[in-house]
Amino acid sequence: MAIVKVKRPKLRWYEHLYLPAIFKGLGITLKHAIKTLRGKAPGAENMASSGLGVTMQYPEQKWDNQLPEYYRGVPALVTDEQGRERCVSCQLCEFICPPRAITILPGELQSDDPWAKVEKAPREFDIDMIRCIYCGMCEEVCPEQAIFLRQDYAMTGSSREEMVNDKGRLYEIGGVREGLVNKWNELK
Amino acid sequence: MDAVFLIVSALKIFGFTFLVILPLVAYSTYAERRVCAIIQDRVGPNRVGIPATLFGFKKDLTFFGLIQPLADGLKGLFKEDLTPAHVRKAFYWMAPAFTAAPAFVTLCVIPFGSAVTLFGHEIQMVIADIGVGPLFIFAIASLSVYGITLAGWASNSKYPFFGGVRSCAQMISYEISLGLSLIPILLFFGKLNLTDIVTHQATNGWLLLPLWNENGTVIHEGYWQSSAQQWLLLLPMGISFFVFTTSIFAETNRMPFDLPECETELVGGYHTEYSSMKFALFFMGEYAAMIVGSALIVTIFFGGWSLGFGLDTALLQTNGGDWKWYAGFIHLGAFLVKTIAFILFFIWVRWTVPRFRYDQLMKLGWVVFFELALFNIFLAALIIAAPHIGLLKTMLFGFPSLIVIAALMFFITKAAEGKRNVKIT
Repeated sequence: MAIVKVKRPKLRWYEHLYLPAIFKGLGITLKHAIKTLRGKAPGAENMASSGLGVTMQYPEQKWDNQLPEYYRGVPALVTDEQGRERCVSCQLCEFICPPRAITILPGELQSDDPWAKVEKAPREFDIDMIRCIYCGMCEEVCPEQAIFLRQDYAMTGSSREEMVNDKGRLYEIGGVREGLVNKWNELK
Repeated sequence: MDAVFLIVSALKIFGFTFLVILPLVAYSTYAERRVCAIIQDRVGPNRVGIPATLFGFKKDLTFFGLIQPLADGLKGLFKEDLTPAHVRKAFYWMAPAFTAAPAFVTLCVIPFGSAVTLFGHEIQMVIADIGVGPLFIFAIASLSVYGITLAGWASNSKYPFFGGVRSCAQMISYEISLGLSLIPILLFFGKLNLTDIVTHQATNGWLLLPLWNENGTVIHEGYWQSSAQQWLLLLPMGISFFVFTTSIFAETNRMPFDLPECETELVGGYHTEYSSMKFALFFMGEYAAMIVGSALIVTIFFGGWSLGFGLDTALLQTNGGDWKWYAGFIHLGAFLVKTIAFILFFIWVRWTVPRFRYDQLMKLGWVVFFELALFNIFLAALIIAAPHIGLLKTMLFGFPSLIVIAALMFFITKAAEGKRNVKIT
């Protein structure tokens, strides 16, 4: 690309004083300050401000109903509308998880189970939320559409043990998800 | 030395330092964060308080963040105060004291109010009413250059060293314009006692707001007949105010002159290697210097503790001369209002003007302000002498000599630019 020579603008004599420019700057700053105090800062409405500037005061105001549907929150295991727990402990998510937050102990489904042809289900499934980076790779790689990232973001605990979600907790957070591909159903 | 004088002085020192200046330092850090947030369209600290929700109540008690300075002070006390292994220990430990102590000593000569009469004694609201007020402040404030330079050198590391050297050069450059810009004030008042300056302005109008004098305020006829010199003096006093204020900005390492301590240039400048309480001492010293600078500007140019507009006569006793017993408190309130307004102005300028490059800064100090302050002395001298030497001599000798001096200053300014192919603005 061509070389562009940028010339310094020639200042007139009164601009060399720099004082008028400073006063204009002070005026702009003052205007911003007054607008902020009145709650009319630029961008205040669409940022759901609390009435002072553009800041949203967090615990009193939340932005949950404006979260996009693809927001990546806490991962959880789902049950489908037929009541089947979908995870088959293939361990693909454990393999791809970058910080290795997922720990799976695979197990066998008993032969008297109505879904015995699936053959596998996890005996233990732990996600360590301190390690989880909410990247969504586990959701992307799962072949059974069993693990999804929800829209919750505020996950806290007061000890490291409390921050590990085990299988029961994961199915409890995940709940029932409709509209999934039921590939283990009988062909009509 | 009698005991009453000692006790009263000790009480004044204790009162003014711990009950006026230190809370002002703490709350000017809070004000800095709040005002800068409001200028930048956001909120600022507003949550420090009692977490009542922990005890089962519905809402926390926030006090609007006003106890944030207390939280910062507690944090400073509990933080680890580590001394890196590579520093020169003696100077490393002395440097924060050399920065903070002069800032607090200089408030001895600032008149906070007129006088209160308690238990039959009239107590002046100055700790030390000496005859050379501003000179004392300049002398002691120059000692803080030691603190910053020692901090930079003792830290034994590149960036603090640069910061310390730059700051030292900057502070001694602007001390010249600081002193020179006060000479017109000395010419006009004839003495430098700050209390006398304030009482003179109380009756004869503030230097920068000459809306009243002995013969009344703006609405009275007598005022207009005797106020010509007051209005003419606005020009040299205005220039003096501008040079003095900008030099105070530079002396306290405050934006737009904070090149020695900004994060983008020098990590932290001279206070990079300091932590917790020593860093807090640097911070307090800088804010105390800013407060004392604001107080000095208010005292010299805006009438200090006087209420203005002739209202101070209402606070005098009926037999004339002495103040009523509560006058000192009202004047203290007026002084604090004016000083706080100036502190807010300092904060406002900090978040508006981008910082100067180092060569622009030095050029401003040695070329622009030095010549401007020198020219200002002659201008003020001419305006003050004009009523005494008559109109003819003023026209014949005064104006031509003023023009000669202005040309000389201009020539020096141009010559200082040196021979360069590219003229840098």
